[in-house]
Amino acid sequence: MDKKIKMRAEGVNFFYGRTQALKNVDILIHANQVTALIGPSGCGKSTFIRLFNRMNELVPDTSLSGNIYLDDLEINSAQIDPVEIRKRVGMVFQKPNPFPKSIFDNISYGLRVNGVRDANSIEERVEASLKKAAIWDEVKNRLNDSALKLSGGQQQRLCIARCLAVDTEVILFDEPCASLDPISTAKIEELILELKKDYTIVIVTHNMQQAARVSDYTGFFLLGELIEFGKTQDIFTAPQDKRTEAYITGRFG
Amino acid sequence: MFTTLFFLGLIIFFVGVRGAKVISWEFLTQIPRCSMTQGGVAPAIVGTLYITLGAILFSLPLGVACAVYLCEYSPKGFMVNIIRISINNLAGVPSVVFGLFGLAVFVKFFGFGVSILSGSLTLGILALPLIISSTQEALLAVPQSIREASLSLGATKWETIKRIVLPAALPGILTGVILSIGRVAGETAPILFTAAAFYMRGYPKSVFSEVMALPYHIYALMTEGVHPDRQMAIAYGCSFILLFLVLSISGIAIIIRQKQRIQHG
Repeated sequence: MDKKIKMRAEGVNFFYGRTQALKNVDILIHANQVTALIGPSGCGKSTFIRLFNRMNELVPDTSLSGNIYLDDLEINSAQIDPVEIRKRVGMVFQKPNPFPKSIFDNISYGLRVNGVRDANSIEERVEASLKKAAIWDEVKNRLNDSALKLSGGQQQRLCIARCLAVDTEVILFDEPCASLDPISTAKIEELILELKKDYTIVIVTHNMQQAARVSDYTGFFLLGELIEFGKTQDIFTAPQDKRTEAYITGRFG
Repeated sequence: MFTTLFFLGLIIFFVGVRGAKVISWEFLTQIPRCSMTQGGVAPAIVGTLYITLGAILFSLPLGVACAVYLCEYSPKGFMVNIIRISINNLAGVPSVVFGLFGLAVFVKFFGFGVSILSGSLTLGILALPLIISSTQEALLAVPQSIREASLSLGATKWETIKRIVLPAALPGILTGVILSIGRVAGETAPILFTAAAFYMRGYPKSVFSEVMALPYHIYALMTEGVHPDRQMAIAYGCSFILLFLVLSISGIAIIIRQKQRIQHG
């Protein structure tokens, strides 16, 4: 079995001002697998996932120590442009955030900023990514409509398509279903399982059932620490740490 | 609120009744004749359009650039606060002071003379704080989430601003521009010493020409000349045109804002 490691974090500490949000976190993200990060609100899981594409740099007064690797590239080293990392590590956010543009332009934007100019190939790749994100049939006749007219679930799949259009290798999902209804959630989960064939996926979720349904590996965060990490099956059936057990059995959180 | 409506209505009615009488095709398209008592006010209309356009051409790029810098790039701190306070104070400077400033700087120091150019630049500075603050508001209203979305796709900060943030803020910026057009078109004091001429034989030939302008023309008709009684009717005619221009410009601003609201749900 292929045990390739796509991303890894070593000894990561992260601070908002003087508040430590992450404490000495190590993790291995396996290629073409779904890794779920669970834990109660404020445990640092969203902060952590945003380190993988250097999004926390947008927040003023933060500091980071430790190393994060994408393949063998240390993504925080001074020579690396965060723009290059973000091209390889895409992100789907908690609330659907389509651009106030047409459905077509939402997807083509990423292509254009990545230097694709040829109209035909843009068109092809827009169609391909919408198909991959399982939204093509719903939007193919109205590609020029505003993306804001779509339902929340459709918007979120559009955001996934937007992410797929650029040649991303890893997709980070930051609670992608937090604002969606159960049917839309089911569609997104189905999509995640489909996408792991081609991409490495990390998903932050509040919902333990969701973690159990979609992920191969699970990490449990509590108060900025990664308490336990392992195969999802093991975490949910035989957790090693009492706190993990307490959380997944619903005693707190 | 009703008092405001009442006064606005009264002004429109008053100016309308007195002004509409002299409005004719000739009034709108001819140059003044017989010591301002006959003919039309076309050069003043054209002059107002020129200096207003000039003012916006100058203040729009500068104001938007300034707002983008303040909102998106400047580090928060002492200097930026000073700049913000200065901008707010600039908005409070009496317009006649702008006029004197324009006279000293553009007319004399830069040697542009009393001209469209000097008047446009002076009015442009007057419009600057309006454009900066409305652009800032529009930029701040663009949700952080779509900036993050753009950056997460590998767009640079500048690409994000240029292709996502500014287009999203455009309706708000345009509203600001249109409101400042309304403001600039009606100003008298700033062009008094920098651009306006009481009477010209024809239309301005270059940006270095003096021009007639509606607000100044009204002022001149009421204070100078030898036939005050006959001039007064023309002054009302000019007021009517000016009021119509400014109100319709504000109307356009309202329509744009409304459209934006519909678009963004």
